[in-house]
Amino acid sequence: MDYTDDQLERYSRHIILRDVGVEGQMKISKAKVLVIGAGGLGSPALLYLAAAGVGTIGIADGDVVDLSNLQRQVIHATQDINTPKIISAKRKINNLNLDVNVVTYEEMLNSQNITRIIEEYDFIIDGTDNFPAKFLVNDACIFSKKPFSHAGILQFFGQTITVVPGESTCYRCIFHKPPPLDVVPSCAQAGVIGVIAGVIGTLQANEAMKFILEKGNLITNRLLTFDALESKFRDLPIKKNPECPVCGEKPVITELMDYEQAACKIGTK
Amino acid sequence: MELMVNGKMLETTANISVVELLNQKNVESPDMVSVEINGRILSREKFNLTKLQEKDQVEFLYFMGGG
Ligand SMILES: [Zn+2]
Repeated sequence: MDYTDDQLERYSRHIILRDVGVEGQMKISKAKVLVIGAGGLGSPALLYLAAAGVGTIGIADGDVVDLSNLQRQVIHATQDINTPKIISAKRKINNLNLDVNVVTYEEMLNSQNITRIIEEYDFIIDGTDNFPAKFLVNDACIFSKKPFSHAGILQFFGQTITVVPGESTCYRCIFHKPPPLDVVPSCAQAGVIGVIAGVIGTLQANEAMKFILEKGNLITNRLLTFDALESKFRDLPIKKNPECPVCGEKPVITELMDYEQAACKIGTK
Repeated sequence: MELMVNGKMLETTANISVVELLNQKNVESPDMVSVEINGRILSREKFNLTKLQEKDQVEFLYFMGGG
């Protein structure tokens, strides 16, 4: 494929970068990235990936836009309330960059459908808002050998790790299984500062970009945490866990499972 | 003895266990955190028995389910 003059101008600030160039931009144009959850983390990730010209962006989300989402889910607007998030997000991406082919999945992912969906993509961004989904994404990506970016946010804090299956520390290496119901609050219960979603979701988009461009170092074998009150990052090395139930030496999890939706998730948007 | 806990120096009694440290740091339930010692995750069943050593680097890693 060749770029038109408009495309060369649109991506000129990428193309001028020595680590991108026309060749790198072509990789971006051919890349397929799936964003699971078009919420706080997914919003900035989707916007930056779309602006960058990622060729195919998948969006999976079964929710509609709620007024309480708009404090942080910046891809959605007041006029989108009650509209499915995938429709709202797709509309914004189309307005931003028609080079992007947007594929939508208006469904909550579960053990039955997730493998079929992730298999279409090169890199996955986990922007989900509950533990059952985060563990499901981890296990499905491990089984399908799909690299992905995990993240979680709460109150003024956020953390992210990128997982290259078979090679690097996975989410379960750190957190073996979901916490007991109600031990850890949800954002709806405990609150979340809007900008933390912007900081962490943008880092996730950066992971996708580095993966596509094959440049730099992914956030693998380390958990990157951010404290928005102190404005401090911490970079914590974490070795792959030989006792990990899904990627360890003797894995006990060999198929996907659907954890019961945590009680604290009820009413969360 | 001296430990590094979540990046900060902490003076503790010698041979403090992981559970005792969690209590001292007001972590209400051990179920709320994963514990990493010197770059390795400690399985939850070992919180009780594991004694920390001088200069150990301990991280409490919190579950964050939001997105
Ligand atoms: Zn693992």
